[in-house]
Amino acid sequence: MIYVDHAATTPLKKEVLDKMMPYLTSEFGNPSSIYTSGRKAKIAINEARATLAGILGAKENEVFFTGSGSEADNWAIKGAAKMAKGKHLITSAIEHHAVLHTFDSLRKEGYEVTYLPVDADGLVSPQDLEKAIRPDTGLVSIMAANNEIGVIQPICELALISKEHKVPFHTDAVQAFGNMPVNVDDWGVDMLSISAHKIGGPKGVGALYIRRGTRVANFIHGGAQEFGRRASTENVAGIVGFAHAAKLADEHLDENIQKLTQLRDYYIKKVKETIPYCRLNGHPTKRLPGNANFSFEFIEGESLLLMLDMKGIEASSGSACTSGSLDPSHVLLAIGLAHEIAHGSLRISFGVENTIEQVDIIVRELAQIVQRLRDMSPLYEKVARKQV
Amino acid sequence: MDNKTVVIGMSGGVDSSVAAAILKEQGYNVIGVTMKLHETEQADGGCCSVSAVSDALRVAHKIGIPHYVMNFTKEFKESVIDYFIEEYKSGRTPNPCTACNRYVKFEALLKKAHALGAKYVATGHYAKITQRDGRYLLEKAADDKKDQTYFLYNMTQYQLAHTLMPLYAITKERTRQIAKDLGLIVAEKKDSQEICFVPDNGYASFIEGISGKSPEGDFVFDGKVVGRHKGIIHYTVGQRKGLGIALGEPVYVTKIDPSSNRIYLGVEGSQLKDELTASNVNFIPFDTLSEPIGCSAKIRYNSKAAPCTVFPEGDGVRVVFDTPQRAPAPGQSVVFYNENLVLGGGTINA
Repeated sequence: MIYVDHAATTPLKKEVLDKMMPYLTSEFGNPSSIYTSGRKAKIAINEARATLAGILGAKENEVFFTGSGSEADNWAIKGAAKMAKGKHLITSAIEHHAVLHTFDSLRKEGYEVTYLPVDADGLVSPQDLEKAIRPDTGLVSIMAANNEIGVIQPICELALISKEHKVPFHTDAVQAFGNMPVNVDDWGVDMLSISAHKIGGPKGVGALYIRRGTRVANFIHGGAQEFGRRASTENVAGIVGFAHAAKLADEHLDENIQKLTQLRDYYIKKVKETIPYCRLNGHPTKRLPGNANFSFEFIEGESLLLMLDMKGIEASSGSACTSGSLDPSHVLLAIGLAHEIAHGSLRISFGVENTIEQVDIIVRELAQIVQRLRDMSPLYEKVARKQV
Repeated sequence: MDNKTVVIGMSGGVDSSVAAAILKEQGYNVIGVTMKLHETEQADGGCCSVSAVSDALRVAHKIGIPHYVMNFTKEFKESVIDYFIEEYKSGRTPNPCTACNRYVKFEALLKKAHALGAKYVATGHYAKITQRDGRYLLEKAADDKKDQTYFLYNMTQYQLAHTLMPLYAITKERTRQIAKDLGLIVAEKKDSQEICFVPDNGYASFIEGISGKSPEGDFVFDGKVVGRHKGIIHYTVGQRKGLGIALGEPVYVTKIDPSSNRIYLGVEGSQLKDELTASNVNFIPFDTLSEPIGCSAKIRYNSKAAPCTVFPEGDGVRVVFDTPQRAPAPGQSVVFYNENLVLGGGTINA
């Protein structure tokens, strides 16, 4: 089996599991309890928070653990919208559904949302943001790096414009974190969402950074956990695992980026050499080191993914095909792809455990499958005949 | 294409689950596919609902085959739902399952199966495909109560050659027993009864929700207007109950005329017909009917096959029954049998 869908999730690292195990077994205390086992759990959480804050360049009391990256996005957006004076919000057309659908829900509650377009490479223009901000704008939320096409936004510039207009700025950094340097002060963001399972940590834990002074309503009401802002008995093992995964990712960041970039660029080069009628989606260089998203003309992604799976290659398409939806990816449509081309897309997201040999196998299988699917396409037959 | 690879349509029900298990047992390389056909959610979780997908996934995992969801909503809308609505609006009674088999299961799914390298599609239908003298034949299943050939008569030779129906030899009871023995969670699941894409509030509201209210019109009995009907899509030829009028004796719908928007009623006996004509005919043991043939015919799924003679006539056929038959409904299928062998069938004309 070759797993190349690290943008969906990543394997839990052995070292991370080892750090988590005590809190899943002997150290089961509730961090809110005053006795020894509770204190031990509390200390573990505090240390995890310090680790993450250190990596992000944040203060400890600005990092709040959540149940997921999606929850962090929901909290940031709904919480900031609720406290905003105006009813106008800004986001981009290529956000993750955790962001887009949260804005959809706010629209139903009477907020007005501006969706900034992206160019053919998937980039949001700072000028567009400048023009979109109004006196009643209460929040700007633009993702740091896109989950489908990997494009990295000019977050510093965008956040600066927002700051000049005194509008809080949130970024969904779930894909960026662990794959590129992320520092809340360098970027100048007020809120930032991250998730553990994208970086070799466990599922079911995320975090939201909230800069001190940013007005955000609390999200889950109950006990005094997370400084009284997000109730729920803490997922101690998950939080410990998250912090350790982040530490490992941070320590190896440069070498990981180098390795992933090498795999990605080799794959892109090979695909372009081997398979005609393909296009790389997203900016050629301003993209996540492990992400390569191609559209193959005259085929549909659904069959492509199934056939790859049968060959033991686990990847993903631009469209949400596993849920049985036929809607093409909003991201691919936003960068200007036609429906039929958006359907024939394949996202490969590499991880550090992947190898050059695996890339060779993927490209070889991919070329065969694409050819087989094209042989069945009446449209491709016409094109092929014209060439002969 | 691989002779030992088969794509099985898995609805999450007991029949397709057991069919998948039998094929796996027979040594086929089985790929489970749940077809997403429409967006309707029924109370009991119709054939391609979320719960159906999750049941199919669990069964596939249990018997050790891969499982995928494939989207056929476009094909299903074009060849089943649109047809269904048009037929009712034309005063006819459609056969959506027949259309789905012909154009979706054994055409669109078969095409996908070929793309995946599979030679066959398989289903949990109760019907038997055999081969004789270079011709593929369709026969009734061993379990006469469950026989589904009525919905399969218009399969082409190519489709029959690339289809497996592993339940042909066993009864429904046996199917349930196999499911139980294998520990499949769907062993006790109810049989589906309703039209899968119609929500629980009935087909008429479904049609009116899409194409607007069917206009009210007159009931005509014995040349006189005797009442108002609530729109022709609400009625079927042969219907007696739910007409909402009392004429002192039982009356039946004998004819629905969409051009005048009138529905004609008749007394007991008036709905009996000696003969009918059918078009869009398909024959299985031979390509065309060149001379009259004696056989028996079913004019609805739940009726018995009645002795008749089928005459070629133009592009279609004329069917003359030995004894009159109750209310052949335009739009329904007439299917011809010679004992267990399916000869073919067609769509009953107005």
